[in-house]
This record gives sequence, C-alpha cells and structure tokens, in this order.
Amino acid sequence: MNFEQTDDHRMLTDSLLRLLTDACDAKTRNVTAYAAPFHSPDLWSKLADLGVFYALADPAQGGFGGAGFDITTIFQALGKALCPEPVLPTLMAARLLTHAGADLGPLLSGAVHYAVAVGELDSWSLDEIETTARNGTLTGRKSVVYGGAVAEKILVIARDGAELSLFEIASADAEVIPYAMIDGGGAAEVFLDATPARLLLENAGAAVQDALDAAALALSAESLGAMDVTRDTLVDYLKQRRQFGRPIGSNQALQHRAVELVTEIEQVRSIVILAASRMGTDSQTRTVSMCKHLAGRVARRVAEEAIQMHGGIAMTWEAPVSHYVKRLVMIDSQFGDTDYHIKRVMEGLQAT
Amino acid sequence: MDLSFSLAEVAFRAEVRAFMADSLCPKTAAKVRERRTLTKHDMEAYHTALNGRGWLAPSWPAAYGGVGWTAVQKHIFDEEAARAAAPRLVPFGIAMLAPVLFRFGTQDQRDHYLPRILDGTDWWCQGYSEPGAGSDLAGLNTRAVRDGDAYIVNGQKTWTTLGQHADWIFCLVRTKPDGKPQEGISFLLVDMQTPGVEVRPIRLIEGGYEVNEVFLTDVRVPASNLVGEENMGWTIAKYLLNHERNNIAGVGFSIAAFESLLAYARTPRRSGRRLIDDTLFAARLARIEIDLEAMKITNLRLVVAGETSGAPGVESSILKIKGVEIRQALNDLSRRALGPAAAPFPSEDLDGNAALVPREQAANAGEYFNNRKMSIYGGSNEIQKNILAKAMLGL
Repeated sequence: MNFEQTDDHRMLTDSLLRLLTDACDAKTRNVTAYAAPFHSPDLWSKLADLGVFYALADPAQGGFGGAGFDITTIFQALGKALCPEPVLPTLMAARLLTHAGADLGPLLSGAVHYAVAVGELDSWSLDEIETTARNGTLTGRKSVVYGGAVAEKILVIARDGAELSLFEIASADAEVIPYAMIDGGGAAEVFLDATPARLLLENAGAAVQDALDAAALALSAESLGAMDVTRDTLVDYLKQRRQFGRPIGSNQALQHRAVELVTEIEQVRSIVILAASRMGTDSQTRTVSMCKHLAGRVARRVAEEAIQMHGGIAMTWEAPVSHYVKRLVMIDSQFGDTDYHIKRVMEGLQAT
Repeated sequence: MDLSFSLAEVAFRAEVRAFMADSLCPKTAAKVRERRTLTKHDMEAYHTALNGRGWLAPSWPAAYGGVGWTAVQKHIFDEEAARAAAPRLVPFGIAMLAPVLFRFGTQDQRDHYLPRILDGTDWWCQGYSEPGAGSDLAGLNTRAVRDGDAYIVNGQKTWTTLGQHADWIFCLVRTKPDGKPQEGISFLLVDMQTPGVEVRPIRLIEGGYEVNEVFLTDVRVPASNLVGEENMGWTIAKYLLNHERNNIAGVGFSIAAFESLLAYARTPRRSGRRLIDDTLFAARLARIEIDLEAMKITNLRLVVAGETSGAPGVESSILKIKGVEIRQALNDLSRRALGPAAAPFPSEDLDGNAALVPREQAANAGEYFNNRKMSIYGGSNEIQKNILAKAMLGL
C-alpha cells in the first residue's frame, strides 16, 4: 500500500504544470477557450513534445502509459490550468484505436487531432444511437462532439445492423458546425449524410465502454484538479477580503463551509485514486461510475459554495474563479452525470 | 501509487480472521450483532483473548508488549474485528492512558499500571468532561488541593463511559484557581474505591446505560498519582487528544453495517420483491456505498500519511467528521429500511417470542438514536471543523 506518486508521475506533473502555467495562463486560456477553433497549435505542439499523448497510450501501441494513474496524473494537471485543448478526445481515440488495432502514430505525435462522436441530438446513451452504417457510409447526426472543431479525423460510433461498430471519417467529408462551450473549449455538431467511413471495429460495445470509462476517469481527475485550485483561491479570498473590520474567513459560518469542501474534495481524491487503480480490472466500469458520481456531486457543491463565499466577485468574467466554477459544474454533464452513474452503481447492488 | 495489499498483509488478514473465528465468543458476537448490552465479563473475555494472542496493545513500545503494526495492519485488524462483530475494545487504558504514561509518566508509574492494563486487573475510565466543561475543557471546575503527600479532590465528572465497570479514573483537575484557565490543570489518577467517589448512571436516549456521572467529594489521592508535573495537565490533555486516533473513522464498523443492510435489502419479502429493487432506497444505499468506498481510501491515505509524518492531528479531524457522517447515514438508512418493524422498544420482552420482531432488527432504531452521540463526543464535529479551519486552512 503506497499512496506516493511514482517519480515518473511526479516529473510529469511538474513539467506539465510548468508548461501550462507558462503557456496556458488565465488570460491566454480565455482567448483560446472561447474563439474558434478553441485550440492553440503552439500549446498543442508543446503538449506533444512533452509526451502527453504518448502517456495516454498503451506501450504495446507505441505509447508509454495508458494506465489509470497516467490518465489521472495528466488530467489533474490539465484541470488545474483549465486547459481547453481537446486532450479528452485524444485519450478516447487512443483507447478506441488500440482496441481496433489501428495505427496510433499520428495521434501520439500530435500530428492528427481526433474527435470521438458518441452522443446524438437528445441522448448520449449507446442504446439510443441512430446514426447508421450502410455500404461503407454513415448517415445521422452527432451532437456535442468535443474537439470536433479542430479534428481532422472523427471516430464515430454507429449502428451497424444489430450491433454498434466503430468507424473513422475525415471531418472534411462531413458537415461540422463548431461552437464554444459555456465552460470554454470547443465542440461541434456533426452531420453525416452518406459520409464515406472506414470500419475500424465491429461489435465495438466493449471498446466504447472502455473509452467512456477512461473519459469518465479523466474528467473526474480534471475536476479534482480544478477543485484544488478553486479551494486554494477561496481560502485566500476568505483571508484577504475584509468586512466589518475583519477578514470574512474569521466567521465560523464560512470556516465550517470551507472545511466541509476540503473534506469532500479529499473524498474525491480518494475515489479518483481507487478508480485509477481499478482500470483494467473486472470492477473498472462500476468503480469509475462511483468516481464520476462523487466527483460530479462534490464539484457542483464546491462551485456553488465558491461563488457564494466569493460574493459578487465570482460573478465576474474577470475573476478566474468564475471560469473554474463553470468547468466544475459542466463537467458533470459530460459522459454521464451524477444520476446516470449512480444508477449504474445501483445496478451492482441490485444484482442477485 | 499501489493500492494492493502485500502478501504479508493478506496473510495477516487471514490470521486475524482465524483468530476471530477461534477466539471470539460466538455468544458475544451475537450480542454485538443484536446490539445488546455487553456484560463486563463479555468485554473482559475478549480483552483476555487479545492479550493472549499479543494483539491487545499493538501500538505500545515492544518492551511493554507492542507489536509494531503498520497503519495498514491496524486498518486490517479493525476491519476484520468489525466484520466478526467483536466488541469495541475499551480504549481508556490501552489507547489513552498508556500513551500518556509513555510520554509523561514516571518509570514507577509505567511499571505499575501498564501490566495491570494488559492483564485486565485495572479497568480505566476517563474523567475529562464536567457539567460546565464539554468542548471547552479549560472551563473545568473539579479542584485538587495539595494536603501533605496527597491531593484532596472535589468536583463532578460526567459522560464517564463504562465508569460503572471501572477500577480507576484518570482525571483532569484544577490545581491552580487563578491565572489562565489552561494553566492550572493537572492530570491525576484516582482509584475508584477511594472514599468519596460515587458513580451514578445516566440513562441514554435509547434506554441503555453506558455513561455515568462521577461525583468526587473530599477524595484523598496520593500525590504520587500525579502524571507529569503539577499544572501541565493541559499539555497532556492536548497530547492525548491528538494521539492514537486510529480507527477514528470507524470504517470497519461502516463496512459491517453496509454489508448487513445490503444483505437485508436483498432478501426477498413474502411477495418475492426485494427492498433493494426500490429505486429510491437503492439510490440512497448506492450513495452511501460510494462515500464509504472513498472513505476506505481516505482513511488509509491519512493514516499512512500520519504514520509517515508522525503527526496525526489534522488528519484525524477529517476522518472523524466524514467517518461519523457515513456511520450515521448507515444507521439512519438501516432504521428506515425496516419501516415500522424498527419501532418496538428493544428489551428482553422481545426475546424468545417468534411472533415479535427479531432483536437484531428492532435494535436499529435504538442504535440510530444512540449513535447520534458520535458527532458530539471526542470533540464535536463542529469543534473538528474549527480545528481544521485554523490548522489546515489558516483561517
């Protein structure tokens, strides 16, 4: 039993945080995050040079990571900087391409941007996918495709007869309508109309589930990183802001609420560690659901409390904390919210 | 990062499990499961069994019978003990007085008292709280006045857990009436058989007797029973509060309660339907399961960190707050799961009558009420939050 980061992960954290502090400061970040293509080629190439994409992929596929703690190490750092780059779809694509036995080279080097199209107009559930494959083409509409604005290639989950299969399309062959998200970063609506597609993997359900698990773990870790920064920002503010002649942090009502946030954030840290350790085991999916549920539940509480305790200042675009709380709240709706994931945990309890 | 138990730890768990199977009296375990009042004999038998195995005081120095368990081993032991429904080990001698004697006691005091704790000769209780001094311990009023080679003690202690069984009580007493309230306190060992010591039971909310008032009237205590120096009691009290907070989260108890509740909820009722298939109930239980899974790791993380840094102070407040929240949530849901079947007052009248609800079930409401104490004792959760706000957040 050892809760220390490995030396490799500590070095990765340090260098990634240094890079992000330098190249993704609040001001730069907010420009990139809200203006198409919601992507900085300069930051992207620096992430690639640092080996971030290699660290997301299995050594058997040419990467040097891909395990649970590789994912959480990277995404915690990205969350601390609110990095809007489409690293999440890169992670998911790496998982899917690995399952398909496809070449990861262009992904690992950062040369090609990937997006992964799962959800559709009014549902992101795999059961309700209507995009359909026919004669080597795809027809349908994919919604809120993260990183879709900048991706050259899109991996699409589509109905292929009775099963789900995984396809790759060139985004140039589809109609892609990009937009900014309220918490920064880009997504896109992707319209497919007999769009030529390359079949990568038949019966892709298990592979897609694995990619969704990795995404949920990554988002939880990202959320944890953002929570850590939000907590520090809040505690500083409670010490600095004076009303009635004393720091507002001297009020017990606020002290206790701040402490409750810290306690809950430590619980999230624990479940992220647990879920990372369970990747690749039989309990991967259920533990990740526990993790995403708890991260989502706590993140919203941290966000709402941080706004309340900062008072008016957190309502301004200028205050960095306002961007953190947006991310903290909106992460919950990515790849299954607290309700979705608790239902999956319930299914485990209800099994006979 | 490595969450797996080592082979040695896995083997240790098997050893603990085997010990519980062999040495824990099944009748006592049944009583614990049914939340019945344990007799002094029940608790002493478990104490003796642990002492026989050399596991009674794992944290003590080896010379006095400690075995140097790691934090992980302690966690494994606590988990297995709770799973086996072992009685809660009475902490006052082993986990509270002993660390104080190791740190502040004289060699004579150690040699005299420690073996008697191990072999069960002396049952200790704690004389901290007073009617006017709960969270604000510095407000205590029990006076000890020096008279030759003795102190004369007058005052009243309260919430004295299991004081009805105790042979000795360690007390915080005021030895200097003036100056700062913290500065005039001393740590005194009092033989409960001394004339002037009177124990009166306090009946608790659910009907049980586990705490007492202890009245001290002109009690003559040999000056050699002073631990540390006169007026350094506050230092000792603080040391004690920060020491040996292992198992403060009660994770083992929560795991046992969760497993028991899940088994109940999975049992088909007459209709064939199961409580766990009720969506609202399942959601409530899943939420607790998630908090508990996180808590297991939080507990291990913080006890391992405390062991490494040698300073368990701040961590123990986090563990107490969250651990207690989870335990109380389980008590609440266990009571609710039974619906009106939790209503009967748990008494001997329920025993042996198959027409009445089993004692193990009827005990859930009582336990719910009794365990409201957990967020009050040992420094209320609000006090823990004050501590964390100051020590961890610098507010």
